[in-house]
Parts: sequence; structure tokens; C-alpha cells
Amino acid sequence: MIRTLIAHADDNMVLAQRLGEWVSRAPELELDIALANLGLDHLGVARALYQRAAELEGDGKTEDDYAMWRDERQFTNLLLVEQPNGDFAHTIVRQFLFDAYQLQLWEDLAANADDEVLRGVAAKAIKEARYHFRFSSGWMVRLGDGTDESHRRAQDALADLWRFTAEMFEDPATASYREAWDGIVAEVLEDATLEIPDDPYQRSGGRQGFHTEHLGRLLAEMQWLARSHPGAKW
Amino acid sequence: MVTRVEMRPDARSVAASVVDPEIPVLTIGDLGILRDVEVDGDRVTVTITPTYSGCPAMRQIEDDLRKALTDAGYAEVEVRTVLTPAWSTDTITEEGRRKLAGFGIAPPDPEHEVLCPRCRADGPRLVARFGSTACKALMVCSSCGEPFDWFKEL
Repeated sequence: MIRTLIAHADDNMVLAQRLGEWVSRAPELELDIALANLGLDHLGVARALYQRAAELEGDGKTEDDYAMWRDERQFTNLLLVEQPNGDFAHTIVRQFLFDAYQLQLWEDLAANADDEVLRGVAAKAIKEARYHFRFSSGWMVRLGDGTDESHRRAQDALADLWRFTAEMFEDPATASYREAWDGIVAEVLEDATLEIPDDPYQRSGGRQGFHTEHLGRLLAEMQWLARSHPGAKW
Repeated sequence: MVTRVEMRPDARSVAASVVDPEIPVLTIGDLGILRDVEVDGDRVTVTITPTYSGCPAMRQIEDDLRKALTDAGYAEVEVRTVLTPAWSTDTITEEGRRKLAGFGIAPPDPEHEVLCPRCRADGPRLVARFGSTACKALMVCSSCGEPFDWFKEL
């Protein structure tokens, strides 16, 4: 149970950090706010899950022990969420692929998770995931069915990120989400006039702590303050 | 044992009157995020729930609750956060909806009809799904051109 909580918490923590990197840099003020808001929701979910893991593990652990004091090999997030922001299309494609997965995940866990707190977090997160999905799928269509340039960038981002999608369904607990995920992704990509990449190459390892080169740098930035000034408070 | 000392202001009213730091026109009572207030002698336990998982105002609300209840004469204040059942805009009170509209924020409407808080016209255009806070979206009135926040249905 603790491993499951931490894996989902890590997904949300790492994605929140990535989204936070857009603050003050997004293409429009509204998008700056939107991406920060998505990030805050993911951060809130991560905190709730880390807190639950800390409670179950005991030993006086806190959420910060997981977020700030573990190293790259101990993070078990999916490789997809640690991928760099790239251009706006990359960020939207990453968000869209992940939102479509979280729709299935939270719906399942809200009803079926063994842990009562996890069910509660999922019941809250599903409402947010639906809203995130409306945002990211709306942008998929605007980019894909937009200008030649936006279409090309969205298609390039799909080609870059597709290899990290199978990993979401590798765990037997999430394998059954694949069919629904395939369906909604195909539907939106069709509206967006984008092609599903036919490259069969897939990477995984995130859940075992084997990451792409990008996670280490993300953690270095994220954990720097807590480690340089242990116990620092606002 | 749960008792109430009549000399002090009622803990529930004190807690319910703490304002939301991001939408100061609403109290946490209006917003429906105050779940429970329990008094045991000098000790008060307040239970609140966040609007959104990532609501950045929770710490501030916790701090404001401690101050308000301490000022009201309660020696020990504990604030708990719960996630279940998940908050919904349905728990915003009628009074809260009136205050929002009066403040220029379109309240969430059970019939999903968003009206311009200025001219009451319907059919505004969505400018951005995420507005000045996590719980609001940015709209513009198609009739009078007023840009306004809409408290999103959740």
C-alpha cells in the first residue's frame, strides 16, 4: 500500500514541479495561471498521498521526507511526467496523455482502493482530473487543428512522448485502464487531426527507480532549498 | 465531555466568520469548507476541507482560525483537514451566492447558467478556464463586455 501511495504521489509531485517551471514563462498570462493551477492541484494530491504514506509508515516521518530527502533512484514516478517542458505543445501533450490516464486511475481508486484515505483523495482528484482533461484536450484540438506550425509541433511532441505511454499500464493494477485510455486518446487526436505514432518503441523503468536523465536535474532544483537549509520555514 | 462556556462567543460562530483569504467577501461558513467545530472545555477542534487539492489558502485559513478562536478565549485550538467527503460548490450557502454576485463574481449555478454580474445577461464567453484563483474561471459578458470571474461548478 505504501509503495502504491508513493508511486502516485511521485507522479503528481514531479509533474507539479514541471508545471511550476512555466510560471512567468507561459505564452499568455491566462496560460501561465492555468499551468500553475494544474500544478497546484497535482501538488495538493501529492501532499495528501505522502502524508498518508508517512502516517502508515510511522517513525515520525513527514511528507517532506519523501519529497525532499529521497534521491533519484528512490523516486518511482512514471517517466512521462519527468520529461522536460519543451515547447508549449510538449507540455500540453504530456498533460493530455497523463490526464487521460488519471481519469481512469482516480475513478477506479475512488471506488475500489483498499485504503480509505486513498479513496478520499481519489474522489477529490477525479473532479480535478476531469477539469484538467477538458483543458488539455481542448488545447490538443486547438494546436493540432490550428496552424501548420502548431500542428507540426503537436505531432512532434506526440512522437517524442509516445514511448512513455505504455509504462502507465505496465502495473497489473492499471493494465485494465488501457482500453478506455486508447479510446479517449484516439477520439481527441482525431478531432485534433493528429496521428497516433506507430513507433512501437517503449521505455519504462520509472516505477523501479530507473529514470531518464531529466529527473536528477529536476530534483536538484526542487530539493536544493530543503537540503541546504534543513528545517527552513516560510 | 463536550461543553459550552456561555461567557465566550460560540466557537462555531467565531470559526464560521473567518473570511476566505482569497475571496474575502466570503466567510469559510459561506463557502461550506467548515466541517465541524467541537468544544471541550478550553479546547476547540475545528475541521475544515479544501476547495481544491492544491488550494494554497489552507495554511492561512488555519492560522486565521487559531487567531480568531484564541482571541475569543479558547486556550487550545486544533485545526484538522479532511478530504472526505470532497467539497463541492453545492455547499456554498445561499447567503454566500448572494455575496459573490454582489462582489462581481458569478456564483456557481445549479442550472449551469452563468449570468453577467453587471448586466445579468446570459451567454458569456469563456476567456480562460483558470482565473485569478483555482476555483474561478475568467469570462467576458457577450452583451455589455464586462470581464468577470465565474466560480466554477465542482
